[in-house]
Parts: sequence; structure tokens; C-alpha cells
Amino acid sequence: MTGPVAFVRRLAAVGAADLTSAGGKAAGLGELIRAGIPVPPGYVVTAPAFGQMLAAAGPSLAASVASLSASDVPAIGRAAAAARSRITSAAMPPEVAAAITTAYEELGGGSVAVRSSATMEDSAAASFAGLQDTYLAVRGAAEVLDAVRRCWASLYNDESVAYRRRLGLPEEGLAMAVVIQRMLRPRAAGVMFTRSPVTGDRSVVAIEGTWGLGSALVAGEVTPDSFTVSKVTGEITGRRTGAKLSLHYFRPNEPGITASAMPVALRGRPCLTDDEARALAAVGRRVEEHYGVPQDIEWALLGDDPACPPMHGDPVDRIRVLQSRPETVWAARSQDPVATPKPRASDHILAWLEKPL
Amino acid sequence: MGTPRFPLPSEIADAPGAEDWRSMYPYFTRFQPEDDQRFWFYNSMHFPEPMPAFDTITAEVPYSAIGANTARVFVFPTTLGIEHRIVNGRVYITAIPVLDDAEIGRRAAVFGERASYYYENWDSLYEGWKVRMRSLIDEIESVTVPSLPEFEDASVVFEARGVAQNHYVRENFHKCIDLFSKMWHHHTEMLMLGYGAYVVFFQFCKQAWPEISDQTAARMVAGIDVIMYRPDDELRGLARLAVEVGVGDLFTEGCSPAAVLSALAARGEGGQKWLAAFEQAREPWFNVSTGDGFYHHHRSWADDLTVPFTALPRYVAQVRSGSLAGRPTEELRAERDRIASSYRSLLTSDEERTAFDQMLGLCRRVFPFVEDHKFYCEHWFTSQFFGKIREFGALLARFGVLADAEDVFQLHHTEVDQALSDVMLAWAAGGPPLGAAHWQPIVADRKRMLLALKDWSPPPALGPVPTALNDPAVRMLWGVTQERIEAWLSPSSDEIRGFGASSGVVEGPARVLTDVNQIGEIRDGEILVCPVTAPSWAPVFGKIRAAVSDIGGSMSHAAIVAREYGMPAVVGTGDATKRISTGQLVRVDGDRGTVQVIG
Repeated sequence: MTGPVAFVRRLAAVGAADLTSAGGKAAGLGELIRAGIPVPPGYVVTAPAFGQMLAAAGPSLAASVASLSASDVPAIGRAAAAARSRITSAAMPPEVAAAITTAYEELGGGSVAVRSSATMEDSAAASFAGLQDTYLAVRGAAEVLDAVRRCWASLYNDESVAYRRRLGLPEEGLAMAVVIQRMLRPRAAGVMFTRSPVTGDRSVVAIEGTWGLGSALVAGEVTPDSFTVSKVTGEITGRRTGAKLSLHYFRPNEPGITASAMPVALRGRPCLTDDEARALAAVGRRVEEHYGVPQDIEWALLGDDPACPPMHGDPVDRIRVLQSRPETVWAARSQDPVATPKPRASDHILAWLEKPL
Repeated sequence: MGTPRFPLPSEIADAPGAEDWRSMYPYFTRFQPEDDQRFWFYNSMHFPEPMPAFDTITAEVPYSAIGANTARVFVFPTTLGIEHRIVNGRVYITAIPVLDDAEIGRRAAVFGERASYYYENWDSLYEGWKVRMRSLIDEIESVTVPSLPEFEDASVVFEARGVAQNHYVRENFHKCIDLFSKMWHHHTEMLMLGYGAYVVFFQFCKQAWPEISDQTAARMVAGIDVIMYRPDDELRGLARLAVEVGVGDLFTEGCSPAAVLSALAARGEGGQKWLAAFEQAREPWFNVSTGDGFYHHHRSWADDLTVPFTALPRYVAQVRSGSLAGRPTEELRAERDRIASSYRSLLTSDEERTAFDQMLGLCRRVFPFVEDHKFYCEHWFTSQFFGKIREFGALLARFGVLADAEDVFQLHHTEVDQALSDVMLAWAAGGPPLGAAHWQPIVADRKRMLLALKDWSPPPALGPVPTALNDPAVRMLWGVTQERIEAWLSPSSDEIRGFGASSGVVEGPARVLTDVNQIGEIRDGEILVCPVTAPSWAPVFGKIRAAVSDIGGSMSHAAIVAREYGMPAVVGTGDATKRISTGQLVRVDGDRGTVQVIG
């Protein structure tokens, strides 16, 4: 594409080995694509592209924050703001801007989602990632370039810098990759865990969702619908319809996300049919099987406007995965074995009957 | 406010019109003042109707046998036996727990030795059990009811027997009662141990997969080749034969068994062939009660052909359309094994997997007995037993003590004993028995009271809420859990809650059956709502879209059959038969265990 150093790569072309150049989010999406999981088409603006930008932004930004004390909050605030300003005000190197613009056009233009993809190799990367930026429904090449720039700058958010100082993480060599993906207009969206977040049960997939974009759920503006689906039997063993009072959506011809009150008719109506919930769980299982550990997945379900009845056909074809990360809460807990073998099978019964309940 | 509790036994008022109900039942079935201190639940699973006096034997004898086996024979560590009481004709029960640690330890030592002998030798013991049970069935079938002719048979003289027929009236009646008692001892000999295996496996599943439903755990255990399916299989075979020999046209929806049988006799060779096959299938496979073997009026298929002739027209139609399948045993087995191995693969260590294999293996070992004993005990033996008592009733009617043979079931077995003594004396003396004036008014009054008692709504439970429930049968069979008790305490207003016994959601018109004798009324596509479903109802499961019962747990027969038929079922609702009327449109959610009236 652009010679030995690619500033932009197709998501399908990156994988787990590309963590340092593509960042965790892009590498994860590339892995999903390789595993045959449906992911919206997109590109990643790589760490080398960020490196070009840093070079254009003048003297080392790393050095400007590396020596700060974690406890000196005002100093961190000042240094971080200065670093951000240098990234957002310096001219973007033209070869980088051209690569990004080409990638945007290859996606067909229109609305895209721009998300930061941190390259830090650290076990805390998952929680760190939460501090970085996502821009939805970005339209037009100039706006995309601007969003990429803001994602880059988010490496120097006050909280991010403070976090790194607190943990004493190195500043030198830090980079931020950025994912640009075609924006979806989902009928419903949300998250799912391939084990119960409440009980840790690995035999179920716990799904939460709402009508429209999942950002309303992530932002905590709705009580989502929830479904618990058995991985083994496909039975829906738990369901609750949430009070979904807010709806996030975008219009193809307008930039940004609009939040409105959820239409009354949709508030108390589950955003998924049973078949859709089961199909989501099946996709979740495939992701989990690929990684070998329980996953925390963001999903979207394509389809008509929520006000229309569910579409016909196999709902699996309408599912897109936006992100998948290993589940961390239950994974960190050590659990005693439920039972250990006994000399005779019947000894299990004796053991149970000997203890009063 | 105060601690939530159910009505106390002492607070229950006599049902209007049946104030004298106590006169029907022996003193040892009455609630005592101190019983107010204990938790009791209505055993509507076995006793969904008011008890006729004779039928109390189906509580007295089983509880005598269950307790003997748990408390005295196997010496279960944490539970003694089950006590029962009758109020307003309804049977309430409670399990007596052992709570003292030292006492539990002392019992556990004995239990370990005894129970493991049964578990480790289960298959061969079950083979021996079947031989013993068959011999009890042969014995009950061979009991004769003396005819008491004018002159005794000559053989009494020429073979110097020296004992006249009237002696055998009592001996043979006692023999029936004694055989019934022995049957129940054998029934409970292995059953409680079987439930123990289930409970331990279910507990393992709940711990390993906290969100697993009882029904899914049960699906890993289900045996495939169990004889309770055999009567239904026989009907399918008869349906195939009917089409093959060209008599299928006689089997139409709502057909009368008697009319069909007499029409068959006039249909030449084909009809004869079918009738011959029918006779062969009847013995023993039509010895299934339309109930669960706890009431004299739950006749067997052999006595009353309504159930088989309700199922046959649909099976015949399916044969014609090529859609009559046998039970897909290979698929059922493959699905059971797939579910088990999927769960097994979710375990994280070899240790856990080995423990899982041990517990599941034990459950599968005990399953055939737990399912099959019902056919031998409650169905085959008990059908014969009630038949014999009916013959004694006919003797009492012939001597004028009772107006009708069926009236014998209005007397407690000890009262039948007295009435038979009356007849024995009268036959010997040559005078009339004195019983007519004594028993007939009593019988009439009891029949009237039983009708009045039907209108009484028994509370699901009585007394204080228990702190522990650790009796395997109470949990597995009756489905009485802490959650159940909570639901009983706070019934929800618009939604009927029970256990999801078989998954899926369907809507349809309800058919409420409070009496199994109405089973012929079920129409295709209806949702069956009943106090409890019995194994012999299996053939009608093909007609219905979902099953709802007042009582039952995840291993109750309704649950097992519904899962096999792949239809939603909600069991253990407590009062669905009272809150739903025939014809109402209901939605059954077998996943959540709820039923809603929607129109």
C-alpha cells in the first residue's frame, strides 16, 4: 500500500501479532474476522502513522510528561493539555492524511465510527482502553481526519496520563492506533458475556440490549433488556424487559448521534426475539471458542427500523460484532472444585446426607 | 406483621356440609394441637381429591413403608419418615428431620454401610426386585373371593379340609391388604435411595452451573428404555395394525370403545386379527391407571378403555398420513448424551469431570427403577388390588350389606373387615347380616360429604415456614423448595407461577381437567391444565400443545413426558386448575415457569 511502513491497513489484514502497530482493538477485530466472525468492514490507522504525527508535532511529548509526579494533579493537567494541543494543532503529515482519506473512500464514504486502539501491552490495557475515545457517525474526509487526530490526542487525556504515572508505566514508545469502521444502523445493539456476570456460570450467555445504537446502553441511559441463553440447549433461561427510556440513533445525512426519548411503543417491548437472542448466543460461543476463554462482546443486530416487525431469515446473518475482550472479573477469581472424585460413586450421596442443610 | 406463616392446622374450619368428615378417617390421621408447631404441605400430587374412606389405605400403607425404609431399614442420616394427617378429606404431610449432629453421625455410619450395598449392587438387586414384584402381582391376581354357596364344596369333606369358605372371606381379604402393604415396602425399598442419587447430582449441577434449570439437569439423567412408555407404544402398534388390516375407519374422534369393539367383531378376518392383538396388548400393558394408583375410581385402561380410545383415532390418522413415529429413541439418547458431554466439557478440571461422571453414572443406574417401578406398583399391582376389593364389595352387596359393590370404597379397610365378619357370621348362622341398616346410611352420608369436600380449597401448606428442607423425595417429587414456599406465601396476581419443566412458549385454549375421568374431552391443540398428570396420560400428550399441573417437580412424570414430546410444561403451580377455566386462552412459558390467562 504505502511501501514498507503501512499507515493504514485493512482490519482483515491484522491479527494478534500486530498488537504494537494496530493496537488492541484493531488486532482483536482482525482476529475475529479471521475466525469467521462478522465484523463491520474497516481499517486501522497504525502506530507508524501516529509516529509520523508525533514527529510533526515537535519535541518529544513523552519527555514532557514522563517526569511528572502522579500526585501532582495540576501539573499533569497542564502538561496533558499542552500535549493534546500540539497533536491537534500541528499539520497532519500529507502522506498520512492521504492514506486515511483513501481508506475512508474505500469504505464508501458516508458515516463511519472512529475509535482509538491502544497499543500498550499491559494486563491493565482492558481497563485503560475504557479511557480512550470513540466518535460515532463521523461524516466527510475532513471530519474523519479530525476524529483520528482527537483519538491520537486522547493518549494524553488527563486521566490517561495520571493513570500511567500512577502505575509508573513508560511514556517512551507509546502509540495510539485508530480504527475506522463503516457505521452501522442497528435495529438493536448491546453487550453480551459468554458467562453469567452475576454467577460466573459458564454454561450460559448473558445478553443485554436496547433498540437502536448500543451507546445508550453503554452510557447507562437505559435499563436494557436482558436474556440468559443456555449454551448447551439454546433455551432462554432468563429474560427481563427493561425500561428503555432513551434511544440513540443517527441519520445517514447528519453527523453525530441523536439521543431522544424512546417511543412509548418500544419502551416495554423486548429488543430481541428469542431466535435473535439464540443467534447472538451462538455467535458469542464461536468468539469464546476462538479465544478459549469467556468473552465480553459488543454486538449489533442489523435490520429494519425497530418499529417494524422482526425480519425473516436467519438472524445470524444480521449480527455484527463490534468488539470482544476477555472477561476479567470471574477469570480473576480462583474457585474450589465443585466436587472431587470419591472411591465409590455412592460416597457422594453419603457425604451429602451426612451434613444437615 | 410477624414471621410469615401458613394457616395453622387448628385454624382450619370444617368444610360446610361435611362437618362430620372425621368419622370417615381413623384417629391417627387427625391433626393434634402440637402439630401447629410444624410445617405441613398438601400432598395434592398423590391426593388431589377428597379421600374416600377406603382410599386412605393409599396414604396409610405407603407412609408406613416409606418411613420404615428411610428411618429404620436404611437409616437415612438426616431424615426419618413422613407423617400424614387428614383435614377436610385432604392429606397433608411432613417429613421428620434429624437435626442433632451426634445423632446424624450415628445414623450416617449405619446408612453408609447399608445404602452403599444397594447402590453398588443396584442392577442385580433391581433384577431380583422385579422377580419379587412379579410374584406379588401373581399372588394378588390369584386371590379368590369366596362365593359362599348354600352348601360347601364336597372337597372340604372328602379331602378333609376342615375349613369352610367363610373363613377365607377374612383370610383372603387380609391377604389383599397384606400384599398391598408388601408391595409398598418393595416400592420404597429402592425409591428413596434413587432420589438421593438425583439430589446429589442436581446439587453438583447447581453449584457448577448456578443457572442450570432442574429440567436441563434432568435431561442428562433421563433413561430411554423405560417401560412406562410401553403402553403408549402398544397403542401405536395397534393403530398401525388397524390401518394394515383395513379397520382404521372405525377409529374416529370421540368414538365409543364399546361401539368400536363390537363393530370390529363384525369386520371379518381383519377385525378378528386386530381384536386378538388388542387382547394381547392388554395383558399386562393396559394395567395402567388413569390416575396414579391412589384412588379406587381411577380405573385402569383395562377397566375403562376411554384413554386408549381417545388416543387411537389420532394415531390412526398419523399412520395414514405417514407421520406416526415411534419414540425416536436413538435421537433421544444422542441428545441426552450431547447435553451431558457439553456440560461436562465446561468443567475446568479432570477432578471435577471424574466426580461428575460418578454422580451422573449413579443417576443413570437408578433411573430405570425410579421410572419403571410405577408400572409394577401403582399401575399393574394396584389395578389388580382395587379389582379384588371391588369383588369383596360385590360379595357385601350380594348379601345386602351394601347397596352397591362400589360402596365398599366408602368404608375404611378395618370397617370392611367388620362388614365381612357380619357376612361370615350370617352365612354360618343362616340368618341375615345386620349390616344393611348400619352401613348403608353411613355410606350415603359419606358420599354426600365427599361431594361437599370437593368445594373446599385446601391451602397449599399449613404451619410455620420451615428453615430447612432436606428430604430428597420432598424436593424431587413434590417440588417443595424454599422458592416454592415463598411463592405459596405471596401468590402473584395475574401470573401463575410454577416450575418450568419443559421449555418453550405456546398459546392455546385451556382444558381444565379436575377429574381424570374427563380425559376423553381433550381436543387437539388444547393446553391441558390438571391437578397432576399420570403416566397413563402419555398418549394424550400427542394432542395437547402444553401441560400445566398444580403439583409436581422436575422429575415428576408430567415433566419427563413433556420433555420427550418437546412441549412446554409448567408443573407445581399450586392452583392453576382453580385460576384457569376451560376455553380461556392461556400462554404457557416453559422457560420461565409461568402461565398467563390472555383472553
